[in-house]
Amino acid sequence: MEKTDDKNQQQEEEQVVNPWEVSAKDGGKIDYDKLIDKFGCQRLDQSFVDRVQRLTSRPPHVFLRRGVFFAHRDFNDILDAYERGEKFYLYTGRGPSSEALHLGHLIPFMFTKYLQDAFKVPLVIQLTDDEKCMWKNLSVEESQRLARENAKDIIACGFDISKTFIFSDFDYVGGAFYKNMVKVAKCVTYNKVVGIFGFTGEDHIGKVSFPPVQAVPSFPSSFPHLFSGKDNLRCLIPCAIDQDPYFRMTRDVAPRIGYHKPALIESLFFPALQGENGKMSASDPNSAIYVTDSAKDIKYKVNKHAFTGGQESIEKHRQYGANLEVDIPIKYLNFFLEDDAELEHIKKEYGAGRMLTGEVKKRLTEVLTELVERHRRARAAVTDEMVDAFMAVRPLPNMFD
Amino acid sequence: MGYSKDQLLARLKELQIEFSQYEHPVVLTVEAQAKYVGNIGGALSKNLFLKDKKHRYYVVSALADTKVDLKVLSQRLGLGKGGLRMAPEEALGEILQVPLGCVTPFAVVNESARALIFSFVFFEDMSHYCWIKDSKLRSVAFFHPLANDMSISLNDHGLDKFLKSIGRNPSYIDLEANPPVGKDQPPDLAAYVPSDSPVLSDLPEKVPSSQDSAGKSVGAATKTSAFTAKAAKPSVNAQNVKEKSVDSARPSIPAVDAGKFIEELLDRASALLLSEISEDSIKQHGGQLGAEVANNVKKCLREDLKNLTIFKNTSYTKGFYASTRYQPRRL
Repeated sequence: MEKTDDKNQQQEEEQVVNPWEVSAKDGGKIDYDKLIDKFGCQRLDQSFVDRVQRLTSRPPHVFLRRGVFFAHRDFNDILDAYERGEKFYLYTGRGPSSEALHLGHLIPFMFTKYLQDAFKVPLVIQLTDDEKCMWKNLSVEESQRLARENAKDIIACGFDISKTFIFSDFDYVGGAFYKNMVKVAKCVTYNKVVGIFGFTGEDHIGKVSFPPVQAVPSFPSSFPHLFSGKDNLRCLIPCAIDQDPYFRMTRDVAPRIGYHKPALIESLFFPALQGENGKMSASDPNSAIYVTDSAKDIKYKVNKHAFTGGQESIEKHRQYGANLEVDIPIKYLNFFLEDDAELEHIKKEYGAGRMLTGEVKKRLTEVLTELVERHRRARAAVTDEMVDAFMAVRPLPNMFD
Repeated sequence: MGYSKDQLLARLKELQIEFSQYEHPVVLTVEAQAKYVGNIGGALSKNLFLKDKKHRYYVVSALADTKVDLKVLSQRLGLGKGGLRMAPEEALGEILQVPLGCVTPFAVVNESARALIFSFVFFEDMSHYCWIKDSKLRSVAFFHPLANDMSISLNDHGLDKFLKSIGRNPSYIDLEANPPVGKDQPPDLAAYVPSDSPVLSDLPEKVPSSQDSAGKSVGAATKTSAFTAKAAKPSVNAQNVKEKSVDSARPSIPAVDAGKFIEELLDRASALLLSEISEDSIKQHGGQLGAEVANNVKKCLREDLKNLTIFKNTSYTKGFYASTRYQPRRL
């Protein structure tokens, strides 16, 4: 995306976080506190985690316990309504830009599956094949094909077909969905959308008119086959924090067209193997763990490419301990190691220098291999028919059971 | 057990496909074959059995004098420049179940050729067939009917009919074309290359494929994957259930068989239980051993039990699929 000159200067001074670009200041770490301030969302503190545990009568998901999902908008309203017996539905999505999914891509889906199970609510998943067709200049067929392939990986995360509707923009946009798109579009001026997304005069009109597509799944009337008669149903959107601009726009528009504002629950960015400053990129397969990696690949990547906070020599390490701030294996374990006690133990021992980097890496390799293996087996059980069934426009009579 | 030449010929007759057969001494090459059938009307075919880096297999049939450049084909399939190689000799016997020098499109009728999609074999990766035929192959052409001592000639219509009867969709491609493949021009044949998911199962299903109106009287109508031609809609209308069974260490995804799933889970639970109770753990936990073991077993099995969702999803999918084929009661 092209930016004007003074925006370029700004880039060097501030961090940039929007749906198409995430970069930290001076190649450093993302400052999440500043981000929360700038975007205007709220921190998700321990009281929320406890409340969720109480309401759902089950242990909160590891991502909640570890602060991976750390920010929200109106999540308390959702919980209040839930306590009163009013349900809600979940909305998340993926831009199918590539066939290879890495663990970072799976995070919102793993969390959404937990939310679906814990709160017993339905879910709609949007595959923005049109967005990728426009931004990544893919052909229509290719983006549709990628959408279907990605749908298989998404289904493999374990969503319940009797409560989940997956749709691709190319297939579903139209009818009630399109009517809502027009309603939203009428409420957002060109200047506003330029301000939010940074479009320029060089950008084609497809890009400029895309934001309503991602906005309207937050409104239940977009899915008449699912939610007809339930115009009051609230929506909760689990996503990574870089998607916030779309939903800021949506929340601004919602009251003007008579709908509830969607609530959001937002996650951190998943760090690249090379460290927080590194960038996960499709062209560097060693920057992330892919769901198609074999156990051998994972071991190799963790051992050779993970950036660690260990000291240069064993003696120094035993003396000073590891730098947990930058250590990638610890960060990854933070995401994926279920056992809180074990993680605390590892952090303590490693930080004090009593545990060596090799051990931490070994444990990480085990955890990741198990995760990837499980995903692969689940993925293998997903048939094209299952994808068709998930994507069929059909009622979901048991969606709140 | 591979299909034999006679079984194939019988099948062709059953399907009312016109062909002529010519016996000759065993031949291993196109040149040798040409000596015997070269002057009868009809083109000779050359058939290549290829393999890519991801262990997918392709059978390419072309006219004997069509130039097939593996590098170009590999690029057009989206496999990069060196992605395609000739498959090793063992694969010929194991997968196609034909002798050396006998690669032929008819070999896909064999269970083993589809077997890599449907049976539990120690190959971890998937094998798949893709039909790439020469668009010049329009009148009569010669192929080996699973044996090197005979050649049969049939026209492309007949070959199509046969392939469709076993659930394969042939595609005609100009093999000599060399379109540029680059960032802005995606590989034109990439649609034929299947996605990477391994698809093995040990439960072939006995459900008739509605695509085959010619009728199938031969054995279990095992569903095979049908890859729609590129001109058709990109959303794949696969009429198949691909099921996977997995290494014996973890329970298989219970795609169909609840009984099997339960047995495997119980086996795993008892294995876990036995491993938890040992001299050391008795000493360590004493009276608390029960609670400790229960906790650990619960932790380990919880993830496996999540496969129940997959079971549910598969059942729902089958029901959904069946309902799309629902025929309302005739009044």
